[in-house]
Amino acid sequence: MMYPENLRYTKEHEWIRLEGGRGVVGVTHYAQDQLGDVVFVELPEVGREVRAGESFGAVESVKSVSDVYAPVSGRVVAVNEALADAPEQVNRDPYGQGWLIAVELNDPSEIAGLLTAEQYRALVE
Amino acid sequence: MNMEPATGLKRTPLYDLHRDMGAKIVVFAGWEMPVEYTSILDEHRAVRERAGLFDVSHMGELEVSGPGALDLVQRVITNDAARLEDGRALYTPMCREDGGCLDDMLVLRLAADRYLLVVNAANTESDAAWIAKAAEGMAGVEVDDRSAECALLALQGPRAPDILQPVSDLPLASIPRFGYQGGIRVAGVPCLVSRTGYTGEDGFEIFCHPDMAPRLWTVLLEAGRPHGLVPAGLGARDTLRLEAALPLYGHELREDINPLEARLGTFVKLDKGDFIGREALSRAKAEGVRRRLIGLEMVERGVPRHGYPVVAGDQVVGEVTSGGYAPTLERNIALALVAADHAGPDAELKVRIRGRDLAARVVPLPFYRRERRAAGQSPTGTPVAGG
Repeated sequence: MMYPENLRYTKEHEWIRLEGGRGVVGVTHYAQDQLGDVVFVELPEVGREVRAGESFGAVESVKSVSDVYAPVSGRVVAVNEALADAPEQVNRDPYGQGWLIAVELNDPSEIAGLLTAEQYRALVE
Repeated sequence: MNMEPATGLKRTPLYDLHRDMGAKIVVFAGWEMPVEYTSILDEHRAVRERAGLFDVSHMGELEVSGPGALDLVQRVITNDAARLEDGRALYTPMCREDGGCLDDMLVLRLAADRYLLVVNAANTESDAAWIAKAAEGMAGVEVDDRSAECALLALQGPRAPDILQPVSDLPLASIPRFGYQGGIRVAGVPCLVSRTGYTGEDGFEIFCHPDMAPRLWTVLLEAGRPHGLVPAGLGARDTLRLEAALPLYGHELREDINPLEARLGTFVKLDKGDFIGREALSRAKAEGVRRRLIGLEMVERGVPRHGYPVVAGDQVVGEVTSGGYAPTLERNIALALVAADHAGPDAELKVRIRGRDLAARVVPLPFYRRERRAAGQSPTGTPVAGG
């Protein structure tokens, strides 16, 4: 289950999972594998407004820095503080403990424009 | 991440073995090289605690031979090759007339009239051309590129001697740091073994014919398994050398940085006789350098990277030349080239990371120094042939 069916994906390798009116956002298995060992995650302040396609932070591995982009527009309502001391969770559990932020969606219909698991898999395989 | 099929790129004789082992391959200096096999962090820790095996066959080997060999070597390097004996090597920068660094290298004295220069992969051809040009008007000296006849493996880490000795036919304990032994057989393969490296650990660099390299690689990995030896890629090589504050071509070693600024003054022997760059370096030494390479450790959270500005107050006073997460220290560190008046131990500096100025403190170099072992090996912290 490298690309769970219940998530939606972006071409920039983020995923989003809807939980009520919120979307939980992270990076995909493919992204963490390409990055290698993640050593630092820069996340926004809670309360920040993000627009779909806008960079909201960065995931840094030993070798590289990658911006992460908001899959949808909305307000950041939670960030994964645990990553400050355990950034390796992005590698170990990208769809679980390695989540990055939660967003309150401005327009839930934006989800429909994102990739399905099947479409994303076709992109990366 | 570059996933395109590579064209016009070079591969070492171990390329297929790397692929079979699941290595991630990257392009480095025109070569398709393994950057990691499992995890850079795991490979880094293995080298610090046990041992790692690196394929560094991309490095270039230039042979300078003939009655005029020593004169030519002395002319192009800043260190003093006249003090070398057979079986000994030294580390040296190679500079332009204006003192800027063209490359760094290891120089092995094979005989009184034969020297082997181990140079950075990216510079093999340009170095050969530079040295050949320096030889113009000199009689009895020849410069030959031997890179195609040399594969190079680096076995690095505290367990390296225990791994290599049982498969070698000559005693290794007698090879001192910066010494080498030719005519040695490792697993039956004729090799030249030098006690050098680029990790800050004890270890060996093993030269052999490319045709024999797959066998040597396989036997060493097998022999090292009980000792916890792992294959290690260029990613770990970079984090290891950064902790040991060893310079990297294109970062600390550039044509617009002289070796005195790059804290390589120990390897510039102004009194050895004339050499290319001597006048400029003598002047720089007399006048004092305007910039200096220092070590930084981040106080605020953030990873310093190559090229990030270093600021004091709101003024840019330098740049990060190499930076990243240091796995052994578990800190974010950087080598930075800063204005000399901001290079003191109490300088209040920040690194500009994606528009935010984050506090760092100046720390002594090297960041990491291995503990002296009871066996009487000299400590490291001295640059060895670059990567």
